[in-house]
Amino acid sequence: MIRVTLPYHLRTLARVDDEVTLDVQGEVTLRSVLDALETQYPMLRGTIRDHVTGERRPFLRFFACEEDLSHQSPDTPLPDAVANGTEPLVVLGAIAGG
Amino acid sequence: MSGVRVLAGTRKGAFILSSDAKREKWDVSGPHFAGWEIYHAKGSPVDPDRLYVSQSSGWFGQIIQRSDDGGKTWFQPGTPPGEPTTTPEGMPKAESNKFVYDTSAETGAPLTTHQFYDGTQKPWEFKRVWHLEPSLSDPDTVYAGVEDAALFRSTDGGKTWHELSGLRGHGTGPSWQPGAGGMCLHSVILDPSDPARIFIAISAAGAFRTDDGGKTWKPINRGLHSLYIPNPTAEVGHCVHHIAMNPSRPNVLFMQKHWDVLRTDDAGENWHEISGNLPTDFGFVIDVHAHEPETIYVVPIKSDGEHYVADGKLRVYRSRTGGNEWEALTNGLPQSNCYVNVLRDAMAVDSLDSCGIYFGTSGGQVYASADAGDNWAPIVRDLPPVLSVEVQVLK
Repeated sequence: MIRVTLPYHLRTLARVDDEVTLDVQGEVTLRSVLDALETQYPMLRGTIRDHVTGERRPFLRFFACEEDLSHQSPDTPLPDAVANGTEPLVVLGAIAGG
Repeated sequence: MSGVRVLAGTRKGAFILSSDAKREKWDVSGPHFAGWEIYHAKGSPVDPDRLYVSQSSGWFGQIIQRSDDGGKTWFQPGTPPGEPTTTPEGMPKAESNKFVYDTSAETGAPLTTHQFYDGTQKPWEFKRVWHLEPSLSDPDTVYAGVEDAALFRSTDGGKTWHELSGLRGHGTGPSWQPGAGGMCLHSVILDPSDPARIFIAISAAGAFRTDDGGKTWKPINRGLHSLYIPNPTAEVGHCVHHIAMNPSRPNVLFMQKHWDVLRTDDAGENWHEISGNLPTDFGFVIDVHAHEPETIYVVPIKSDGEHYVADGKLRVYRSRTGGNEWEALTNGLPQSNCYVNVLRDAMAVDSLDSCGIYFGTSGGQVYASADAGDNWAPIVRDLPPVLSVEVQVLK
């Protein structure tokens, strides 16, 4: 079970109150986790990754286990603690807004 | 008895303001989509309970929301309630949020560049939907004016969107440039007498018209004079802020340009200035009385350097002569220490016998007049900054 923490506005869009949990088949990578997230919550498609390019949107970052994973390849395996559900993958707004 | 529903889009959500036809007591619903920018919300003239909303965020991009019950419930039409949330191939559906410029060989146009602020050329890049214009005859057909400037259309209730690429690709695109708010297509007017004719306006490119349902377009900017561009009478490059029409006279359009208020009596072939005795002819909104096609409304703004009303007074100006002769409407509006702006899509008129006029301000007030502007009262005073105002009459 993979845990994902979403920014507030994406939680309201997905209509979830807390972090979400996902089943991910195969290797646990940013790509496979986000694919599973967008499958379970299709209203999020395009809000984290661009609809067309699939690239991370510029003002979002990915963190896990106190590491910034934003710039690593989407096919790099995520830390074991994320893969086994001990730690969440955190999707974070890169800057605060008023 | 008739009722009125006002749809207010703000920097931090949408609000629905409802009243009976007296327009004295109002119920306020919202914020819907709290915390998100709502550039525009508009209902179908065919089915008033069908509402379309543009919800966007600099962080998370563009979302299209739809309601089929007058705003009680909402959904993203790319994933309608009760339908599978994935395609047969297992891909997630949310196509209603996907605005992709059409570059196909069959129907598209090459993705060219436009002029950027510094004069260099920059590729088109979709940012957000500024304006949603539902069809006059089909609740499932709706147009979207977007930034970077292009016109999209959905014929399936907002589930999918397709660009009418003849506008972006008609040839003058490299001369278009962003205004201070971005290179946005902000005005879409459908001609009630001719389904093939559409007027649009872009900041800063100008006004355009199609007579063949969006396949081909022509600039309609003859008569515009803009001192802030290298050629003040250029075919394109003008910062048109808004255009408006009374449906009974579809060849007559009124325009609030960056500076100057203008009108055309021949569907945009020629424009002439009607600023007359306005205290300043900079502004954003312009609208036309629902029953008197020569009665028009603007809210003069001090200047392009000071985006607030002049002299600390919030004044709507009305002309009953189609322009040039203007009177200030002030009853019920603050006449001291007021420094708000009224943005381009933030004024609307209703079609009740005594025409109602509505506008929203950057200070979060939404004002209404039930007597064509003679007297005003705030519906609400303390919303987030108002981006757009539309009104529906409910039977």
